[in-house]
Amino acid sequence: MIKFLLEKDTWQEVFDSLSKNKLRSILTMVGVWWGILLLIGLLGSAKGVENNFNTRFQNYATNSLFIFSGTTTIPFKGYQEGRRIKLKLDDVEKIKKNVIGVEYVLPSLRGQITASRKTLSGGFGLNGEFPFRDALAKKNLLWGRYINQNDINDRKKVIVISEDVYKQLFEKGEYPIGKLIKVDNLNFIVIGVFEVVNVGGPPIEADMPFTTFQQVYNRGNDIDVLTITGDADFDINQLDADVKLLLKNIHDIHPDDNRALNGFNLGDRFEQLTGFIVGMQFLTWFVGIATLIAGVFAIGGILLISVKERTKEIGIRRALGATPYLVKRQIIVEAVAISLISGLLGIISGGLILILVNKFVGQGEDAFMRNPSVSIGMVFFALLIVILLGTLIGLIPAFKATSVKPIDALREE
Amino acid sequence: MLKIHQLHKSYPIGDSSLHVLKGIDLSVKEGEMVAIMGSSGSGKSTLLNIIGMLDEADEGEYILDGLPIKDLTEKKAAVYRNKFLGFIFQSFNLINYKTALENVALPLYYQGMKRAERQELAMFHLEKVGLTDWAKHLPKELSGGQNQRVAIARALAANPKLLLADEPTGALDTKTSYEIMAFIQQLNDEGKTILMVTHEEDIANMCKRIVRLRDGIIMEDTKVTQVRAEQYV
Repeated sequence: MIKFLLEKDTWQEVFDSLSKNKLRSILTMVGVWWGILLLIGLLGSAKGVENNFNTRFQNYATNSLFIFSGTTTIPFKGYQEGRRIKLKLDDVEKIKKNVIGVEYVLPSLRGQITASRKTLSGGFGLNGEFPFRDALAKKNLLWGRYINQNDINDRKKVIVISEDVYKQLFEKGEYPIGKLIKVDNLNFIVIGVFEVVNVGGPPIEADMPFTTFQQVYNRGNDIDVLTITGDADFDINQLDADVKLLLKNIHDIHPDDNRALNGFNLGDRFEQLTGFIVGMQFLTWFVGIATLIAGVFAIGGILLISVKERTKEIGIRRALGATPYLVKRQIIVEAVAISLISGLLGIISGGLILILVNKFVGQGEDAFMRNPSVSIGMVFFALLIVILLGTLIGLIPAFKATSVKPIDALREE
Repeated sequence: MLKIHQLHKSYPIGDSSLHVLKGIDLSVKEGEMVAIMGSSGSGKSTLLNIIGMLDEADEGEYILDGLPIKDLTEKKAAVYRNKFLGFIFQSFNLINYKTALENVALPLYYQGMKRAERQELAMFHLEKVGLTDWAKHLPKELSGGQNQRVAIARALAANPKLLLADEPTGALDTKTSYEIMAFIQQLNDEGKTILMVTHEEDIANMCKRIVRLRDGIIMEDTKVTQVRAEQYV
């Protein structure tokens, strides 16, 4: 059998019979080609989206949650509904002390500012942060450094800005570190510029030391956002519920009031997205394989017709000494060859499509996908399926071809 | 060379069956050239098909070159056909997408002969039928007579013991028919045993023996003086 596959004659026969009827061969190949193209295209795109999510999440501890205050919707303990909840700095210690599984609790302040420099200005979101922020949600700094403990202790008027802010306030290519910008009419020194990575919530555009923020905007002991991380093996949803319950107790919020404290946890989101990606991959395989099967069946159908068409030829071959085995083998090899060629074409064109997809939607910061690709293993797996299905489907016309007696086959016109 | 004893064959037609061959006795020696004649339905083609192992008898004995031909599997029949028999058909039965050379080489392919060797041998046979220059042409580019000569070359390629011809001139005009017959006679002169089905008297008279069939039995089996076909060409 191996020897048979390596012989030039075998392939000459296949080539002859396929090139004899080009239209038939091409139509046959379209089915499988399309199936493989879809499979490769979809799998590659799914991979691209997955890569994109992974890149966006890589800087975050996925067992973190964010809580920010909202407005009550249920009257409780003599308070009317519609009360604005204010989280306090001492909540941090209370959470650390009372909730099991908490690793870090980090308070932040949020505000809207107007920043300007020379003739340029813009409105931005501002955070008051501790240095530890950098450990929880890693900032990729393009220039300079992040806030440090000295900045906190001395309430320094320094600011770390995002790339977006830099673009608005600075000339292209200008070195920003050490330059002054005006934030709500006070001068701040730019100490760092970070890359924008956004995973939901309001865009973070500039960070200043927590203590500076407190003083400049006169925030007392208020805080706006709590970032909490859980111990590695601790269920983040449980932690989320525990922390909220505690805060509801402290701030006299009705236990069923879900609007008074807002927030989300990354574990949850990450799970949702991972689930979404897994679902997408499953769908991709399902659609791809189904299309492939349809394509291979089309090959089977067309080969069946072609065998019927070639009844006489097969009769002649048998009169000349072709054994039923040789006839069957020939037809199966034709089926496999046609599947394989169209499969390879599908892989090549699928790859080209992925290159195009990458070129048009895979570039830049906000790209929907990153490096859409399929692994060599998957390609081989797809080819294996094609060969297997091709062989199986080839059996039908092969047996059909030898089911006719040679004498009847010869009489066929 | 060939011995047939009390051969019977019937075909089912609906509920009843049609008895086509009703006890045929025939023996052919090496080097003979036999014409099997009869009107349509006389069973001459069925007889040739059974001899050609394309069909099987219901009853009776068939011995080819000392080998009893009975209860053959399809595989064995194919191997025997390839080894012992050469077929010449009325409608040539060439494979239309293969060149003359490839058609002639086909029986050799099924013998498992190597490509180069096969091509060389096929070329030799094409040369014998005078078609060297047409080796690379497809059947549709050749005339009827040329196609039949390709078919003859193909029948000869595997060097069979017995040549079976089913109305070899049936699709050709008179002049071409005689050319083909002259060629077949020449093969016979060289010692090939030839069995031919025909319904044309002039063609039958170019053989050395005529077997007449009617309603499934042999009516007449006579040796004749061979009319040479060359004189008409």
